[in-house]
This record gives sequence, structure tokens and C-alpha cells, in this order.
Amino acid sequence: MLSLNNVEVIYNKVILVLKGMSMQVPQGKIVGLLGANGAGKTTTLKAISGLLKPEDGEVTDGSIEFLGEPIHNRDPEEIVRMGIFQVMEGRRVFEHLTVEENLIAGAYTRHGRGSLSQDLEMVYTYFPRLKERYKQVAGYLSGGEQQMLAIGRALMAHPKLMLLDEPSLGLAPLLVQEIFEIVQRINKEQGTTILLVEQNANLTLQVADYAYIMESGRIVLEGTPEELKENADVREFYLGLTEVGKRKSYRDVKHYKRRKRWLS
Amino acid sequence: MDLFIQLTLTGLTNGAILSLAALGFVLIYKSSDVINFAQGEFLLIGAYVLFSMIVQFHLPWTIGLVITLLVAVAIGVLVERLVLRPLIGEPIISVIMATIGLSSLLRAIVSTIWGNQPRAFPPFIPSKPVHILGATVGADRLWAIGIAVLMLVLFNLFFTRSKEGIAMRAVADDQQAAMSMGISVKRIFAWAWSIAAVTAAIGGALVANIVGVGPELAGFGLRVFPVVILGGLDSIPGAIIGGLIIGLLEAYVGGYIGMGLNQVISFVVLIIILMVRPYGLFGQEIIERV
Ligand SMILES: Nc1ncnc2c1ncn2[C@@H]1O[C@H](COP(=O)(O)OP(=O)(O)OP(=O)(O)O)[C@@H](O)[C@H]1O
Ligand SMILES: [Mg+2]
Repeated sequence: MLSLNNVEVIYNKVILVLKGMSMQVPQGKIVGLLGANGAGKTTTLKAISGLLKPEDGEVTDGSIEFLGEPIHNRDPEEIVRMGIFQVMEGRRVFEHLTVEENLIAGAYTRHGRGSLSQDLEMVYTYFPRLKERYKQVAGYLSGGEQQMLAIGRALMAHPKLMLLDEPSLGLAPLLVQEIFEIVQRINKEQGTTILLVEQNANLTLQVADYAYIMESGRIVLEGTPEELKENADVREFYLGLTEVGKRKSYRDVKHYKRRKRWLS
Repeated sequence: MDLFIQLTLTGLTNGAILSLAALGFVLIYKSSDVINFAQGEFLLIGAYVLFSMIVQFHLPWTIGLVITLLVAVAIGVLVERLVLRPLIGEPIISVIMATIGLSSLLRAIVSTIWGNQPRAFPPFIPSKPVHILGATVGADRLWAIGIAVLMLVLFNLFFTRSKEGIAMRAVADDQQAAMSMGISVKRIFAWAWSIAAVTAAIGGALVANIVGVGPELAGFGLRVFPVVILGGLDSIPGAIIGGLIIGLLEAYVGGYIGMGLNQVISFVVLIIILMVRPYGLFGQEIIERV
């Protein structure tokens, strides 16, 4: 369904971040993408969804194909209309809009008013907590509720492929578990293909059909969760990564809230 | 008491029109962080185009008004396309300079086409006197209040009910997140500029109906600044309440204290507000969850 072939991404014309990134996301599956801070996971998702442009990033080499069509360097509007929806890192709900208005914004590319209320109901069946708070301003929701809203907003667009960027970020383990279960349900019931970017390797390997591990802008390992979990090297590799990730995260203010949960 | 009611009605009329002009200004600032120094010229153009339609082309005022609004939409779209879009990603000061340039340009165009002489405006709204609670006020002023209120209600519906209105507020909140859901930021900016031009045109038509057309109408636009600073640059209710406060204040000061002072009172308020509450009475609070 989605394939990245030797993708190279450069920011500001000089900073090379993706260096020959290749991966496949087959239709109807959940594919995990793991890696430490700064590996280039978010950049990979932005390259797919077209959100690199406003950050002065560019796909300079390789190709990204969705349903057989090249999509690199297209406008995000066009890509959303083709059926790819990115749930951005850090939730990014519209703080001054109500829960329901946030969901309506998610349905922006959909046509026809009639189905709107039906779609809202559909989102509320996955996230009953949002229904209770539908008139509330999103900025005052808890972190977990905001993450649910961010995923609900994506559901409103009925994407064929949903890109989830670290949905577990800053959430309590129980809530992460709940959100991952809902993601699995969405995948089964709506037939939505999911590309899941995570730092939480353990949980990701529980829900994914296939996973990639990336480091410094390229894939270094891939396989089914069983293969990856049983591979002794992988455990080593994770531990190694944890150290790197930790040191990095202290320097990087953006990530001060993050907790490492490698194989926790 | 009569004088008080008289002044109140006058103040509310001016205030309602100021609110309309301020609304467009706030809309642009809210969605794109741009301070539009050409808002007064939008008012001017609205008034002159309507003047041309009615006086020079002898159209009924209803049709004239529709054409005026279409021209306003076109101007909004053009400004976004030709002035704002090439400046995306440039420092905000460049964009502000561009709107100052735009204001001179529009003023020059207006004086080239229509000259600099003030002209009487054929009143398209009847101005026969109406007596209310002992005060006498032109019916046109009451109409102005009514139309402004109607516009404000329509805007409120637009922002809370329509897809484009909600998308516009989404862009104001988080531009990149809005893009991630397929909202075209360029299109939203074009909407914002068009709506700003339309509200200004209606405001311009209302002022012109009361005082006639002339280049000094743009000065009315200048009074938008005290209004938005008072109400909060990014607050739509602030624009409305700020407009009414400034309108009333000017009327009372003019009536009770004397001419002259009413011209500067709003700028005195502006300076005081900047000193004690720079984000305005209703400026958006920053939601911070920790
Ligand atoms: N807009 C940008 N301009 C320049 N460099 C950038 C930009 N965005 C990201 N980078 C750099 O690209 C590298 C990869 O960043 P990216 O956000 O893709 O990492 P990530 O794998 O998502 O990390 P994390 O787990 O911390 O979110 C980092 O070194 C980062 O500094
Ligand atoms: Mg990231």
C-alpha cells in the first residue's frame, strides 16, 4: 500500500536527516517503526504526509508511493484527500476549540453534511469519554483525552492509512494500554492500515504485524514481532539504544517530559 | 437625560460600525498574525464602490451593495494572492510593512479614480428622524446598529457552525496541525482577507450613508487601533465590545466635555491600555497545562 524506497530528506537545504530510508506498509496491517530520539521517525512520517514543506524540509532522493502513485513533495491537502492522515507527535489538539469542533476540523476534507453526525457517533463509540466532554474546550482535557481526541480527529477523515506518531508520549501505562487496544480495534473494524511510530518497543511489538527499527536516518533491523523479540541481538541493540536515547534526551529540551520505556 | 440618550445612540452607531471594521482586523490577526494597516482603506473602497454603483451607474442600491461585496471579496483574494502569499515564511515585520504599502497604494488608487473631494452620498437608508425616549436620532443610525448586530450574529454562526469557520479558528490555533488534516492554510487566509474586506465595505457603506464619502473615511479605519488594542488583538468578542466602548466614550466626551477631546480620547485609552493590560480586555489567554 505504502512504500518508501531509498528516501533521502534534507532540512534547510543542508541538514541530511533521512539517508536511504526504505520500508513497506501492506494494506490492512499495523506496522511499527521504532527508534531512539532523533533517529528520524517523525521526519519519515512528515515526508509521507507532506508536512515537511512548511519546515523547509524536502525529499531529495528516492520515492514514496501510495497505492502505486508517487506522493513525495505533494501538498498535505492532496495527500489527506488521497487517504493518509498523520496524527502528529504531542497530540496538537486545537486548544481553543471544543472537542466536537476539533472533530469537525478533522472531517474538513470530507464532503456531505449528512454523514457528519454519523461519523461523530462512530468516534464517540471508540472514545466514550470524548462524548461526555464534547462541549468542553480541548485545551483543558487531560493528556490522555487529548490523545484520544487526536486519534478521533483522524478517524473523522476515514483515512485508508493512519500515521500515529508516539501516541504513548507522556501517558500513564494503563492509558497507553487502553489507547493501543483502541488502535487495534480501529485497524480491525474500520480496516484502517496503521503505521505506528513508537519508543515503547514492548507494547508496539505486541500490537504490530511487522516492525522496523531505525537509527540515524535508515532502517537497521526489521521483522515480525516474534523474530525481533527472540533475536538476542535485538535486546542488546535496544539496551544500547536506550543509553544513546537517554543522553540525547537530557540535552534536548523538547523531550524533557519523555520517559524511556524500552522493553519496560 | 435627553442629551444622554442622544449621545448613547450616536455612540452606539459609531461603535457598531467600528466593531465591524475591527472584526475584519481581528480575523486577519487571529488567523495569520498579520497586522493589517490597510483596514481603513478597505472601508474607503467599500464606500466609493457603492457610491459609483448608485450614483454613476444608477443601479438600485440592493444590486449596488451586492456588487460592492463581490468587489470586496475579490480584493481580499487578490491581496492574499499577490501580497501575502509571496511573503509566507518572511519575518512578520516585512508582512506588516507590506500592508502599510498596500494602504498607500489603495489610497492612491481611490484618489485617482474618484478624486479627493468629499461627496454627498445618496442615502440608501432613510434618514428621517425618529424619536426615542425624548431623543431624536436619524433612522439611518438605527439601521446602522441593526445591520452591524446582524453581521455580528452571522459571523458568530459562521465561526461556530460552518466547516470553513471552524477551520479558520483551527488555523489560528495551530497552523501545522490544521495542515495535517488537509486544511489549506492559503485558502483560509484568502477567506480571512475576504471577510475582512467585506465587513469593512459594509462598515464603509454605513458610515458613508451617514456622513458622505471622502478620503477622510480612511481615518475612521485608523480608529480601529484603539478598538482592537482595547478589546484584545485576537478576540472577536473583544472587537465588538471594544468598538462599542470606544464609540460611546467618544460620544460622551464630545457631548459633555467638548469637541476636540473626543478626537483624542480613544488614543489616550489606547496608551493607558498598553500600559496596564497590553493584551487587551479580552485577549486570548494562553492555555497552559502542566
Ligand atoms: N525542521 C527541522 N529542521 C532541521 N532539522 C530538523 C528538523 N526537524 C527535525 N530535525 C532533525 O532531524 C533529526 C530527526 O528528527 P525527528 O524528529 O525525525 O526524530 P524522531 O525519530 O522523531 O525523534 P523523537 O523520538 O525525539 O521524536 C533530528 O536530529 C532533528 O534535529
Ligand atoms: Mg518524533
